[in-house]
Amino acid sequence: MTTYGRGLRGLSLAAAATITVALALVFFYAPLDADQGFIQKIFYIHVPLAITALCGFVFGGVLGAMYLRTGERKWDIRSYVAIHMALIFGVGTLLTGTIWAKASWGHWWVWSDPTLTSFLIVMLLFATYQPLRFSIEDPERQSRYASVFAVVAGAFVPLNFIAVRAAQQYVHPRVLTLTGGNLPGSMRLTFLVSLVGIALLYVTLWKYEMAAKSTRMQVRALRRALLGEDSVAPLKRSAAPS
Amino acid sequence: MRTVLTVLRKDLLLELRGFETLPAMILFAIVTFVIFHFGLNQDTIDGQLAAGVLTVTLLFAAMLGINRLFVAEREQGGFDAFLLAPVDRSALLVAKATALFLFLVVLEVIAVPAFGLLLLGPSLAHALPGLIAVLALGDVALAVIGTLVSAIAVQTRARDLIGPIIGLPLLLPALIGMARGAGPLLVAHGSSSPPGKWVAILALYDVVFALLSYAVFDFLLED
Amino acid sequence: MTLAAIFAVAPALPLHTAGKYVAGAYIVFLALVLIYVSIMATRLSRTERELAELRRDVEAQRAARDSAREREPVA
Repeated sequence: MTTYGRGLRGLSLAAAATITVALALVFFYAPLDADQGFIQKIFYIHVPLAITALCGFVFGGVLGAMYLRTGERKWDIRSYVAIHMALIFGVGTLLTGTIWAKASWGHWWVWSDPTLTSFLIVMLLFATYQPLRFSIEDPERQSRYASVFAVVAGAFVPLNFIAVRAAQQYVHPRVLTLTGGNLPGSMRLTFLVSLVGIALLYVTLWKYEMAAKSTRMQVRALRRALLGEDSVAPLKRSAAPS
Repeated sequence: MRTVLTVLRKDLLLELRGFETLPAMILFAIVTFVIFHFGLNQDTIDGQLAAGVLTVTLLFAAMLGINRLFVAEREQGGFDAFLLAPVDRSALLVAKATALFLFLVVLEVIAVPAFGLLLLGPSLAHALPGLIAVLALGDVALAVIGTLVSAIAVQTRARDLIGPIIGLPLLLPALIGMARGAGPLLVAHGSSSPPGKWVAILALYDVVFALLSYAVFDFLLED
Repeated sequence: MTLAAIFAVAPALPLHTAGKYVAGAYIVFLALVLIYVSIMATRLSRTERELAELRRDVEAQRAARDSAREREPVA
C-alpha cells in the first residue's frame, strides 16, 4: 500500500517556510497600491486561494479519470480528498473575496467581479459532490459515479470561467483581480511567492489527509486479518470512500 | 446507429401513447409565463429581461422532462436489457439525448409563440431566425447535460433532487449563453442575428460536453 | 481606464479602517487552517485509540490461545 507519510514533514516545513516568507513580503516589501491602498493586500491571500482551489478541482477530475481507467480504489480516495480540500480552499476564497468586496466597494457581494461569480457557480456545483456520494449506497457504484462527476465537473471549471468572463460588461474595472500584465515587479514577486506557498499548503494537507485515511484503513485491515471478519464493525453508510 | 434509432423510436412511441411528459412541460411553461406576468407586474417585457424570463422558463420545463428520462428504464429493467444486448452502450446516451432534444423542440414550438403572445412586447417575426439558432444550441446543451445528469440521478436514492442540483450549476454557462444571445434579438428594432460571442460560447460548450458525456457514459452503465 | 478614474470609483480607505478588513481576511485563512489541524488532531487520537484496542485484542486472543494449548496435552 502506498505510504503517504513519507516526505510529509519536509513538505510541511517547505509550505510553512514559504508562507512565512510570503507574509513578510506582503507586509514589509510589497508596495502600497496607488488606488486601493492597504486593502489591496487581501489580493495576496485571495487570488492564490482561488487559483489553488480551481486547480484542486481539476486535479480531482484527473484523479477521477484515473479511477475510471484503472478501477483501483486508491484513485477514488485521492480524487475525493482532492475535491474535499479544494472545497475548503474555495470557501476561503469566497470569504476573503467578500471581505475584499466590502472593503473596496462597500458591498458584501459584487456581481461585476467575474472571478467571484464564476467561483460561486463552481462551488455550487461541487457542493453537490458529497450529497451525490452519500445518496449511493453501493461503494463501487459510489466511487464510479463520483469519478464521472469529478471528470465532468473538472472540465466544467475552465468553460465556466470563459462564459462568465465574457458576460461581464466591463463597466466596472476588474480591480479585484489584478492578475496579468499590470502588476509591477515587486508585487508580482510577492504574488508568486504567496501562490507557491498556498499551493504547497494544499499539497501538504492533501497528503496529510491521505495519510490519515490510509492509516485508518490499514488498522481496519489489520484487525480483520488478525482477529477475523467478525471483529471489524461494519462501516456506516457514508460519503467518503473507505 | 441502428441501436440509437431503435431506442429513440421506443421512447418517442412511449411518449406518443402515454402523453405524460410533454404536455406537463408545455403546461408548466405557459403557467410560468402567467406567473411572471403577475410577479413582474408588467404587461409586456422586452430585451434582456424577456430573454431571461424565456430561458428560465424553458430550463425549468426541461427539468421536468429530465427527471423522468430514465425512470422507465430503471423501474422496468430496461438498463439490464440494454446491457445484455451486444450493442455500443453510448448509443443509449445518443438516443436519450436525441429524444430529450426533440421534446424540447416540440416544447419550444408551442411555448415560444405563447411567449410572444402573452408576454413579449416587440414582435417575434424578425427575431425568429436568430432565436431559433440560439435556442437550438441551448437545447443541445440541455439535452446532453440533462441525459448525463438523469443517468447519474436515477441510480441514487434522492432521485428527483440530485438531478437538478447537479444539472443547474453545470448548465449555467449554456444558460448565460442562451439568455445573453437572445437578449439583443427581443428588442423592438433589434438585430436579427445573435451576438457572435455567445453563439461561439454555446457551440464550444455543446462540443465539449457532448464529447465528454460520450466518453464517460459507459461507466455509468456498468453493473 | 486611467488611475484617476479607477480611484474615483473605488477610493482607498484610510489605514485604520482598511487594517480591519485585511486582518479579517488573513484571520479567515488562519482560522481555516487551524480548524483543519484540530479536526486532524481528533482523527489522529481516534486512530491511536483504535490501534491500542487492536493491540489489546490481539494480546487477549494470543493469551486465550496459549492457555487453550496448555490445557490440551492433558487430554
